[in-house]
Amino acid sequence: MEPVASILIVAGAVLALLAAFGLQRFDDVFARMHSATKPATLGLILILSGAAFMLPVPGAVAKLLLVVMLQFTTAPIAAHLVGRAAFRTGQELSRDTMVVEEAEYISTHPKLIEE
Amino acid sequence: MIEVATTIAFALLGVAALLCVVRLVRGEGLADRIVALDTLLLMVVSGLAVQAAITGEDTYLDVMVVAALLAFTGTAMVANFIERRGS
Repeated sequence: MEPVASILIVAGAVLALLAAFGLQRFDDVFARMHSATKPATLGLILILSGAAFMLPVPGAVAKLLLVVMLQFTTAPIAAHLVGRAAFRTGQELSRDTMVVEEAEYISTHPKLIEE
Repeated sequence: MIEVATTIAFALLGVAALLCVVRLVRGEGLADRIVALDTLLLMVVSGLAVQAAITGEDTYLDVMVVAALLAFTGTAMVANFIERRGS
């Protein structure tokens, strides 16, 4: 099982690095939050499943599963709380974040508006 | 094989944590900093998991549960604080 665990752990670490890169590259809190929650959570899940292959202790998988479930349920809640707080207190919103793709489509298809 | 993988993983996680710290210091507002801190704690939990995979000890797992819980409570509390302070 070692090769599987190795691949999972390295893949998880790469995802964690990508999340950190996103934290640097994106323009405002809302875009950064997106990179801080999704790839980081997936990276953690990959690393934990890699670790599950390497731990011979019986109760280990249950604890790892507990951490995964905890992260899975709390990450969206935490992101929602921070996003709401940032938006209500007037954190500046980057122009690139405010893209509504449907708006352009509707403006080029006037028939859609009349209905 | 696992030794090489864990070494690579530690190096990548280290760079990732460093980038989180850079964002934590640069910030732009309290919300940015708390997002960076949350991600940093996630990297710590990942590092503990890698360490547990190397040593095969399950003591690290309890620490991971506590760290994951603390990351959430801290983020939720600071978000609440930002909202009430209003800036």
